Amino acid sequence: MSRISRREPLSPIGEIEPTPLIALDKVTCRYGHEPVLVNVDLTLRAGDFVGIVGPSGSGKSTLLKTIAGAVSPIAGSVRRGADLSIGYVPQVETVNWYFPITVREAVLMARVSGRRAPWSSSRERAEADEALARLGLEGLGDRHIRELSGGQQQRVFVARAMLRRPALLLLDEPTSGVDVRTRHDVMHLIHELHHQGLAIVLTTHDLNGIAAHLPSIVCLNREVIARGAPRAVLTSEVLERTYGAPLEVLSHGGMPVVVEQYPDLQGAGGNVVPLREGHHDHPA
Amino acid sequence: MQTLLEPFRYEFFRNAILVALLTGALCGLVGTYVVLRGMSYIGHGLSHAVFGGAAIAIALSFSPLIGAFVIGVVAAILINGVSRRRTIGADAAIGVITSAMFAVGIAIVSVSSMSRLSDALLFGNVLGVTVRDVLLVAGVAVASAAVVFLRYRQMLFSTFDPEVAEVSGVNTAWVDLLLALILASTITVTMRVVGVMLIAAMLVIPPVIARLLTDSFHRMLWISVATGALCGFVGVYLSYYLDWPSGATVVLTATTLFILAYVVSSLRNRRPLPDVGIDVH
Repeated sequence: MSRISRREPLSPIGEIEPTPLIALDKVTCRYGHEPVLVNVDLTLRAGDFVGIVGPSGSGKSTLLKTIAGAVSPIAGSVRRGADLSIGYVPQVETVNWYFPITVREAVLMARVSGRRAPWSSSRERAEADEALARLGLEGLGDRHIRELSGGQQQRVFVARAMLRRPALLLLDEPTSGVDVRTRHDVMHLIHELHHQGLAIVLTTHDLNGIAAHLPSIVCLNREVIARGAPRAVLTSEVLERTYGAPLEVLSHGGMPVVVEQYPDLQGAGGNVVPLREGHHDHPA
Repeated sequence: MQTLLEPFRYEFFRNAILVALLTGALCGLVGTYVVLRGMSYIGHGLSHAVFGGAAIAIALSFSPLIGAFVIGVVAAILINGVSRRRTIGADAAIGVITSAMFAVGIAIVSVSSMSRLSDALLFGNVLGVTVRDVLLVAGVAVASAAVVFLRYRQMLFSTFDPEVAEVSGVNTAWVDLLLALILASTITVTMRVVGVMLIAAMLVIPPVIARLLTDSFHRMLWISVATGALCGFVGVYLSYYLDWPSGATVVLTATTLFILAYVVSSLRNRRPLPDVGIDVH
């Protein structure tokens, strides 16, 4: 972490904060003339598990790509730890499922540097098969990616990211467009990877099903509105500033539950609806 | 047997069949990336653009090959740049840029006396190729194969998932440029074989046949190359006996193979899938 020289806030006595993996300092990004991120400060440390929430077009995907190094800020700085390896899992909805590629070929795409020969070595194939086995995809290496279920498809791209042996795993809407069972499976897998020592950052629209269960969330709307534990951050005030719409926060078994108020179409006051993944984000 | 081998007694035929075989293989190789990137129309567009380049070069007393290549590369880079801006889609960019260059070519041909040359460029004349033409196509084929061999992984990744490829350290802009150069070179050196009007078919049909027959990328690449080469060989051979235009016969051979592959693929897909133990969530 030699390149990070910015002074970090002091830790409480007796606690030693892990070394930062990456630090974004007043980062501003824009596409064309449109600012997408403005003055974003974010430090990620080993062992972090962070969810980024915000409305469509709030810059969630851009923030992930900035962390990954695919988007360069026009202002501010991004400081990465020396030899930091990052794995990136895209939204499965952006994948071309008719592309002629087997599961093993998809995973082996992670091997773009080093060996030049088009064909993979027996060691590379063994590594890919091992990554697939770790994620419960044993024996499916020769299948076409379209032939897998939604949860398995997500795991293929996690396996591809894992082949880079990342210290930080970035997942863009890992549960977008999947059913409840698959969402549960995917989140179980991500929690397992976190327990194995990976720092994880994911974006989500699902405040109750996912964000509320994470150790830390970032509310983003071009700028960071708030960061912290869900109980501290998921408040009506923060959410209204983030989404620009009134949202009520209830407590259920100590967990925050965000509810949306719709006008009663039958004319008898408001309908309170728990907020679930209701719309899909477009990469900003 | 003697009758079947009879055309090989002539040097012009040996050159023709060799160049058609190489052209088919080259188009099959490059076309795989073109088709999978959803840019089949670019082959059609670029072939029109190189016609304009060749006509301009001849009018200026330059080599038509150099004119065609330069304009082909410029058009490919312009299309790439315009389509990346997203305000204009790739298809619209191709339509505007290459049609304009084709119109320039037509205008030049109409005010000069190049109708014979323009016919050769538009419709191809494989039986008129020289050893120099064969060597040119062979050179581009070897160079393209070398680029694909050395950049196979980067080209595959950026074709399948350009966003994640970029994140994973692939310079996708460089890969796009490399592909544009290969495509422009391919069209330039093969336009005398099948003609600019039919090159697009050879860039698209062999990869589509291969896609119908396999779900694996590397197998698709091989099948596409082999199919392109087969179409070139069989098409030119048949054109000798049928006395049909060689470019059209090559494309009709490819179309026949496409119909066969489509039928085989449809019959195969109607069979129930074997139980492979895939859990359905």
